[in-house]
Amino acid sequence: MTVSADPATLEVRGLCKRFDSRQVLDTVDLDFQPGCITALLGPNGAGKTTLLKCVLGLVRPDEGTIRLGAQEVNGQGAYREEIGYMPQLPRLPGNLTGWEMASMLDDLRTFTGTPDEDLIDSLEVREEMDKPFRLLSGGTRQKVNAALAFRYGAPVMILDEPTAGLDPLAAMTLKEKVRAERERGRTILVTSHNLGELESLADQVVFLLEGRVRFAGTLDSLWADTSQTTLEGAIAELMRRNGRREAGAESRTGTVEGTPSMEVA
Amino acid sequence: MGTVWKVFHYQFRDLIRGRALAGYTLFFGAATWGLLHLGGGPVRALPSLATLVILVVPLVSILVTTTFAYGSEEFTELLLSHPVGRGRLFAGLYLALTVPLAGAFLLGLGIPFLAGGGAAGGLGGMVALGVAGALLTAVFASLGFLIAVSVHDMARGAGLALLVWLALAVLYDGVVLVVAHQAAAYPLERIMLALMLLNPVDVGRVLSLMALDVSAMLGYTGAVFRDFFGGATGVVIALASLVAWAVVPAWLALHRFRHKDF
Repeated sequence: MTVSADPATLEVRGLCKRFDSRQVLDTVDLDFQPGCITALLGPNGAGKTTLLKCVLGLVRPDEGTIRLGAQEVNGQGAYREEIGYMPQLPRLPGNLTGWEMASMLDDLRTFTGTPDEDLIDSLEVREEMDKPFRLLSGGTRQKVNAALAFRYGAPVMILDEPTAGLDPLAAMTLKEKVRAERERGRTILVTSHNLGELESLADQVVFLLEGRVRFAGTLDSLWADTSQTTLEGAIAELMRRNGRREAGAESRTGTVEGTPSMEVA
Repeated sequence: MGTVWKVFHYQFRDLIRGRALAGYTLFFGAATWGLLHLGGGPVRALPSLATLVILVVPLVSILVTTTFAYGSEEFTELLLSHPVGRGRLFAGLYLALTVPLAGAFLLGLGIPFLAGGGAAGGLGGMVALGVAGALLTAVFASLGFLIAVSVHDMARGAGLALLVWLALAVLYDGVVLVVAHQAAAYPLERIMLALMLLNPVDVGRVLSLMALDVSAMLGYTGAVFRDFFGGATGVVIALASLVAWAVVPAWLALHRFRHKDF
């Protein structure tokens, strides 16, 4: 169905990034393995977005390296052929249709394989793909966004708030797709506000706080480390340990959007 | 070149389907038609039309470009997550905005003129005006992109764009006049000339009016320029100046775009 691509490990070594006087990433070392879903957690400003943007080449790190399989992530764009990125509720050109976007991306990637159109059918957006974006509802746009991200069967998938704006049924369909991609050996990074959702999806958890990795490991090791049994409790414990009690106490589970105090994304 | 063309192709398609561009053509169409038919022929209509073009084209170009650049930031990020080079993407976006803007302007100016028989006396002036307007579109699109990649906040960027337009299109000539008046006792021609070449709107005005015998319309700097250079040399220098004004800010914007953190 999809183009088969070799599994790729994503290696982050000693990554540092400053914006003005703020250290957004501080010596971050991480490994993301094929066939593994990693949840990226942390409050606002913890550095999650910057880390993802470094991987995508949108932000240039001050120090450190990122390797994708055998390729080094540097100024060149070719490695991004290996990445499928689902941005958070992006604004796309309003007068273009989903199919036009798809063919634009096909063209830009000089993609000649068979695209993965599973999500177009399972999310039931085949007809919507013929309409210009400005006529689509927020939920439908997000479905098209998801379909475009999974279209190329890329070995590394980066999903930024994938279920934001989706109804529960569509969110479930998408999560099934993510699991299916894990079985295919994809390296998957997810961020989400919805801790419950991440708990059911993730194999591995990375917790960032003030630009530093405070925890990286499997869910089981997180439970053992924090003596907690839910992601909410474990995150609260990690924040308490690192002296951020007030923010941790406000965390909630089960919300898709709108918990500004604890943005786990 | 492939990537530039692909980006251009789809962005162009998106833009051309919007109503705003058609409105821009209609505006210049109505103005040209009105001035040609009600103003008593091309020779009398052209100076008024030139004044309008010199004010409106820079304003629309810089505002449309900055708004577009900020509005498509997320889309730009999405495209950059694919194997696309930053320089090529920038070139595609720049052309996809500049070409339709200049095209819409030229259609608005050209259709009523040609439909009205293109009265013999006005052709030269009309062509000069079209060239000046198209180049001013490129100049202010370059400035708009430069602002958008340099200023992070959209509201501040749009404000700065308005300010740049106001300074170049309105305030500049006034300031030059005051300086000239204050220093009337000194031989200032060369300085005036330099001052004019520093302002693309002035250069555009001279270029569009040089074909006509209306020195009074040129403004102080333009009159000096015309005396100094006369015909062909003046046109070449004016064209070169406008091209430089389009290329240098675009190149700076490209440079920033390549090294920017999104």
